[in-house]
Amino acid sequence: MRQPILRIEDLHTHFFTDRGEVPAVDGVDLVVHSGEVLGVVGESGCGKSVTSLSVLKLVPSPPGRIVGGRILLKGKDLVPLKEKEMRGIRGNSVSMIFQEPMTSLNPLFTVGQQIVETVRLHRGMSRKAARAHAVDMLQKVGIPRAEDIVDEYPHQLSGGMRQRVMIAMSISLNPELLIADEPTTALDVTIQAQILDLLRRLNEEQGTAVMLITHDLGVVAEMCDRVAVMYAGKVVEEGGVQDIFNHPLHPYTQGLIRSVPRMNEERERLYSIPGHVPVLSKEMQGCRFAPRCPHVMEVCLRSMPELTLQEELHSCRCWLHERPQEDAV
Amino acid sequence: MGQATVNLTPPNVPAEKVSGPWGEAWRAFRKNKTAMLGLFIIVFFVLVALLAPVIAPYGYKEQELVNRLKPPSAAHWFGTDDLGRDMFTRILYGARISLWVGFFSVIGSIIIGTLLGVLAGFYGRWIDMLVSRCFDILLAFPSILLAIAVVAILGPSLRNALLAIAIVNIPTYGRLVRAKVLSLKSEEYITAARAIGMKNSRILFTHILPNSLTPIIVQGTLGIATAIIEAAALGFLGLGAQPPDPEWGKMLSDSRQFIQKAPWTVIFPGLSIMLTVLGFNLMGDGLRDVLDPRMKN
Repeated sequence: MRQPILRIEDLHTHFFTDRGEVPAVDGVDLVVHSGEVLGVVGESGCGKSVTSLSVLKLVPSPPGRIVGGRILLKGKDLVPLKEKEMRGIRGNSVSMIFQEPMTSLNPLFTVGQQIVETVRLHRGMSRKAARAHAVDMLQKVGIPRAEDIVDEYPHQLSGGMRQRVMIAMSISLNPELLIADEPTTALDVTIQAQILDLLRRLNEEQGTAVMLITHDLGVVAEMCDRVAVMYAGKVVEEGGVQDIFNHPLHPYTQGLIRSVPRMNEERERLYSIPGHVPVLSKEMQGCRFAPRCPHVMEVCLRSMPELTLQEELHSCRCWLHERPQEDAV
Repeated sequence: MGQATVNLTPPNVPAEKVSGPWGEAWRAFRKNKTAMLGLFIIVFFVLVALLAPVIAPYGYKEQELVNRLKPPSAAHWFGTDDLGRDMFTRILYGARISLWVGFFSVIGSIIIGTLLGVLAGFYGRWIDMLVSRCFDILLAFPSILLAIAVVAILGPSLRNALLAIAIVNIPTYGRLVRAKVLSLKSEEYITAARAIGMKNSRILFTHILPNSLTPIIVQGTLGIATAIIEAAALGFLGLGAQPPDPEWGKMLSDSRQFIQKAPWTVIFPGLSIMLTVLGFNLMGDGLRDVLDPRMKN
């Protein structure tokens, strides 16, 4: 069994708004092992991004705050760390890439200056060495003419190139964990494939563990070793990518998989899960998915099922798969 | 996959000369004819101001009481005023005063305004409350009235007029910067900068300040025009430059009783004020077209 790099235990990140406390992340448990790609999937607003921002403690505060749980990076809890200590971790052992490559680079500085920033910040390299390093990194992420590009400004590059630059920036210190928050959503399909390829290659060659946040099951199937499905601030199903796709247990996962268009199937209309992600509040009772669930039972409306192991490395949070005898307390 | 892209770039095409956002802006600015006209007017007045002692045929305090209120002639291009002083000379020296007041009052308001605006926008919470309410209070007064009040407290002099104008205009810049910082704060590259472990203060100086510069430059250029008018107004009211300083507004008010008998004593200072202000306004508008991304096609 591989070592866990990141272990999130019962994480609660709440937003304190005028309309009350919103539990955007409500007791999430996740593990990322070294060298693996973990996919975190779910609809918009189910807490994927907040979970990933929580890991680096970048949740905008106010209104957000981590109110409970532990985030263990190689066994060390990040939650109580001070801002200053967090800065030593960000970009160093854990780094992050974002959804919008068009806006995640500062328009006033050259690409090189921005890559160099990371290195100089953490390693205090000389200007010259840092520049050479930047060129190296650009080559590594497959940017042609790296020597020239390093002196260009973001507006001179395409979206795909900028995302490569972002990746170059985030891997320039060889982090052990790379959090990618929908890294391909803003890119067109061919570029998406190239970027995913690149991430996959980095994962294989450098052994960088990747936590890939996405709502695209196609991306998950292509990239991930394991998948965690999130719904309304909770993990509802977790398992190996094969298990999840071949026999999804949770009705939400089943719905997600049914709503992916398939080329080899003739269907009148693409399936979509009825309803919307609920507005989160602290007063919610029962299973979050119950109002949209085709198999809803009485017990679902009353209490929340636990995330239980159904088979080896495949767990699910659903009353359909609960074995009440064993779990009765 | 990188390989495929390499071949798409013909190797012998010289790479386009890399020019930063500022170089780009300058190129666009040069194409804007009215803005360039504004720049020429400004450069002209700056040169006039710098070279005043060289060009001026007389001293600005030099009186020839026999030649009082003489119309323009070969000896006195712009005529003479009621004390027989050469108007041309006084206009030249006046450019010094007006530009000096314009530049420095604006620089003063920009420094203080930016500082307060950044504090309010970046740190928010009670600092924002405090600073913003102070701005609101300052903005509640008509600016010239406030300037008069400040000069009345400090005592009438050119330096105090400059200070008054600077103080009065602080909220304009402060609010501008605050708004810009607020919008920049939610930019993804700020989060990205945090995600690589950058300190707040560093983010402020390397990311937020440089990116909020453009509206300040535009507003500052237009602000110089306003400041020149305000200085002239204070001078006209006798609260700015004191005699014998050749301040244009002061010259206007000193000569207004001779407007029918010797119109040149009023026309030339008025024209000078108008031209400089026009220059700064044209250039400011041009800069806005170039630097404001919303106006870009």
